[in-house]
Amino acid sequence: MSQYFVHVQNLAKRYPVKGEKEPTTIYENANFGIHKGEFVCIIGHSGCGKSTILNALAGLDEPTEGGVIMDGQEVVGPSLDRGIVFQNYSLLPWLTVFQNVYFGVRARWPGWTKEKLDDHCNKYLEMVGLGGKGKLKPSELSGGMRQRVSIARAFATEPKLLLLDEPFGALDALTRGLIQEELVKIWEETQQTVFMITHDVDEAILLADRIIVMSNGPKARVAESVVVDIPRPRKRSTIIDDPGYYKIRNYLVDFLVNRSEELSGKSPQPNEYPVTVNPVAINRPSDTEPPIVIDQAAEKLSVPAA
Amino acid sequence: MPLNMSLRMKSMLLTVVFSIVLLGLWELVVQPPESTEPLTEYEMLLGSSDQEARVPPPSKVITLAFKELGDPFYDAGPNDKGIGIQLGYSLYRVLTGFFMAFLIAIPAGFLIGMSPLMYQTLNPFIQLLRPISPLAWMPLALFVIRDSEASAIFVIFICSIWPMLVNTAFGVANVREDWLKVASTHELSHLRTAFTVILPAAAPTILTGMRISIGIAWLVIVAAEMLVGGTGIGYYVWNEWNNLDLTAVIFSILMIGLVGMILDLLLSSALKFVEYKE
Ligand SMILES: Nc1ncnc2c1ncn2[C@@H]1O[C@H](COP(=O)(O)OP(=O)(O)OP(=O)(O)O)[C@@H](O)[C@H]1O
Ligand SMILES: [Mg+2]
Repeated sequence: MSQYFVHVQNLAKRYPVKGEKEPTTIYENANFGIHKGEFVCIIGHSGCGKSTILNALAGLDEPTEGGVIMDGQEVVGPSLDRGIVFQNYSLLPWLTVFQNVYFGVRARWPGWTKEKLDDHCNKYLEMVGLGGKGKLKPSELSGGMRQRVSIARAFATEPKLLLLDEPFGALDALTRGLIQEELVKIWEETQQTVFMITHDVDEAILLADRIIVMSNGPKARVAESVVVDIPRPRKRSTIIDDPGYYKIRNYLVDFLVNRSEELSGKSPQPNEYPVTVNPVAINRPSDTEPPIVIDQAAEKLSVPAA
Repeated sequence: MPLNMSLRMKSMLLTVVFSIVLLGLWELVVQPPESTEPLTEYEMLLGSSDQEARVPPPSKVITLAFKELGDPFYDAGPNDKGIGIQLGYSLYRVLTGFFMAFLIAIPAGFLIGMSPLMYQTLNPFIQLLRPISPLAWMPLALFVIRDSEASAIFVIFICSIWPMLVNTAFGVANVREDWLKVASTHELSHLRTAFTVILPAAAPTILTGMRISIGIAWLVIVAAEMLVGGTGIGYYVWNEWNNLDLTAVIFSILMIGLVGMILDLLLSSALKFVEYKE
């Protein structure tokens, strides 16, 4: 029924609480979709349930209710079709940089010859700018380099969906900027579908086609889907000159600072989709006016111009 | 790194100085009294005058060491074999028992470490059996196996199994969750995960267990051979004590230390191969 590549349907996660009969609901009736080739970021306060959603998408964690459909098939467990970049890199420390990438690639294509596997790994290590570092151990790399290895490993397996859980959270601003640009470059080259968690509004605007915002938990709400209507290629240095940039940024900050708290504790109805908002298209006379909803029915959502 | 080198040089120099001082003191302390009184009756009972009732000086031990190590593998009957042969018997028993324990402890440790059910089930057995002195098994082993050689090996087996088993289980159970997630997102089978992720992740802990095991096994073999007799370095020490050849006793004590040190060195250098920095 859905035209989405990834479709999250009435997803719920509840955790039992010690000494209480009722479990706490982290979120329920979460509905949203991701189109093929789309770069979607999810943003929300700490503890609202972003990682739980990502784990459900990955198949690492079973949702309490609802499910995820990817490419017409229900997600029931981890799969090579979904590559993951974890916040803490999760490289295997006893393997070299090259072997870490090789680990993923060989699992993906067990039938390939050694030469083909080597070439493929080297290609992706070059892509993240670590061509000469293949023989080092992860412990000999800086945090930024480790995260690049992790990204290379995930991209090299060419998954249908790439999931990133705050991949740049532990990096300094300069390194983060560099890797963000590399990520966009690789994403444009490979046309992969990406779902990424971030805390950083600027990062989300730079990278995403669409930003999903979540309200605070418990009973967090996948509240809105904010379209980033800024043409690509975007550059960190020039994106701030785009007339839409501050509209989107102010809109997101306003949501996170003011509205995410108000919305907390109010679960959506079953099959309720987040409203889609395009702050760039809004010509607000003043910042105090409520946001204008462009399109209530998410089913009619169009693919944003890439 | 000249600073490092000098530290190493200094320590080596000090070691040599200490050994010379210690050996010198030892040599001085055990000198026979100046007086040349006739031997007492008791001393005569003990034997000829050159087998005095005193701890032999290091010079004698060193002389014996040169003689013994010059021809370590001679075999002149059941009570007179070279030190190399005796150590060889002991090493054979230790390595056989240790290897058998290894074959059981590693898979069992994996099982216990990977399955909470098996852990809960087997833990009471381990806790009960582990504190038993390995030599306490000896009578039972002799009765059941009816062979002193095999009983000694069994005792080594039983004492080396616990550290390996416990360390393997601990290492396997504590593999970082993230690494297991990496394995599962790459759709690795259980067997493949065990070999390519859990084994390398737990290898340092497992090897540390093996190192403890071989250390204990080498401690225990001396006592076990004193009990079962016949061959081996433990028997050799006891036999020389019965011959009142204290020089040989001290020499063999030093050889036991030396072999134990080499065994430990071998495993600790193997450990370096599997160690990793996070
Ligand atoms: N195993 C668990 N048992 C109980 N509660 C849990 C468990 N795992 C997560 N939670 C709760 O679920 C909520 C969502 O957790 P989650 O890790 O998804 O948050 P998050 O949005 O990713 O936060 P952050 O941005 O800090 O990473 C949190 O309130 C957390 O306390
Ligand atoms: Mg999280």
